[in-house]
Amino acid sequence: MSLRVHDMGGRLGDGPVRPDPEDAPVFAEDWHGRALAVTLAAGALGQWTLDTSRHARERLSPKDYSRFSYYEKWIAGLADLLVENGVLTRKELMGEVGGTAPHPLAGRMMKADAVAGALARGGPSARDVETDPRFGPGDMVRALRPTGNRMVPGGHTRLPSYAAGARGRILRHHGGHVLPDANAHGLGECPDHLYAVAFPASELWADPENPADEVILDLWQCYLEPA
Amino acid sequence: MVVFGIGGWTGRAAASQTADMPHDHHDHDHAHALLPPDPALRVKALETVLTRKGLIDPAALEEIIDTYQNRIGPRNGARVVAMAWADPEFHRQLLEDATPVVADLGFFGRQGEHIVAVENTEDVHNMVVCTLCSCYPWPLLGIPPGWYKSDAYRARAVREPRKVLADFGVTLPKETSVRVWDSTAEMRYLVIPRRPEGTDGWSVDDLAALVTRDSMIGTGLAKLPTTPEAPAA
Repeated sequence: MSLRVHDMGGRLGDGPVRPDPEDAPVFAEDWHGRALAVTLAAGALGQWTLDTSRHARERLSPKDYSRFSYYEKWIAGLADLLVENGVLTRKELMGEVGGTAPHPLAGRMMKADAVAGALARGGPSARDVETDPRFGPGDMVRALRPTGNRMVPGGHTRLPSYAAGARGRILRHHGGHVLPDANAHGLGECPDHLYAVAFPASELWADPENPADEVILDLWQCYLEPA
Repeated sequence: MVVFGIGGWTGRAAASQTADMPHDHHDHDHAHALLPPDPALRVKALETVLTRKGLIDPAALEEIIDTYQNRIGPRNGARVVAMAWADPEFHRQLLEDATPVVADLGFFGRQGEHIVAVENTEDVHNMVVCTLCSCYPWPLLGIPPGWYKSDAYRARAVREPRKVLADFGVTLPKETSVRVWDSTAEMRYLVIPRRPEGTDGWSVDDLAALVTRDSMIGTGLAKLPTTPEAPAA
């Protein structure tokens, strides 16, 4: 079962997908672009990781997560992170002017001429892992059940609930990558081997559309056991 | 570092109930509920306080918006696909290890650090989703369209991809199997759609004009040369 509302793969009842025309504006509203820009610029202060930021959106209350539009989730997650990490006080968030002393992080502000470089660098997650990979292409594996962060109760994880306990086949080894379960919570990068794992639709759903269909998930070695 | 366990749920539920109320209700634990209710004003409030504190540069915001609104978009990916159709050696390298190949064309960076190209054939149709959030190959396709981020797409693409394809007007033969890639890590997937018949000898530019955004996500097919938008063969 899914413990958080963002973990919605396979959920029933959402209705049709409504495609946008290919030439629809990139940002449907001006504030969408501003929400993205403020989030990226605040992230550049270096007070949290991308994994922390994803987790901040995921732990919005189910009610908020469901009623907020995409960029509203970003803004809510960002507001929470700013206060939790001591970048802003709750009063400052409410618009009250604080003291006049320079903010300790002001030196980290990303200036306009640094934007192109920062976006070009991105945040590669590939890392060396000292141990050999436990699995290779063709090996059969089983995804953990129940899903959930094994280091931090209720914490961030990237194993969707719909794959819990499912048996799949290693398709490829992506090398070592930062483990979100650790990196979202200030526990370091803990890099682990990452694999593309193919699960037959019949392994995931009681009523697959077509038994030959597959769902492929990128899963870390610690989410998997031999099967 | 604050660790959020189950204990926080009651408090957050209370916060959500007051989120629609005036922002002077601050006796609850979720900071975002302190912002104004209107989303545009909420963004403005954050932008204003961060600017006043010297933590964000308004000119940097304009630069970020301009980058994703005007400079990075699906035409990048379309060029990669067209080159793969036109050049067998490029095609081979792209499928083997796409990241350095697309980087050579200038497509790299945020949300495109690790790229994998997957190819549609008569036997297999690939389709990409991110059920947990909205991961998407920004340097190749730009910012994801609204439907890609919708609950309906995220929830349904893995369970009933063929019904989702029908929402896009796409019907696959039963013999074609569907592979749905759920982007659960930092690998970003680019679908290489099937090359339309009747395009032998076409230039990369003309081929690229047939490649739609949706065809590179796997919810569409490349345009046929006979459609009015396509260049004359």
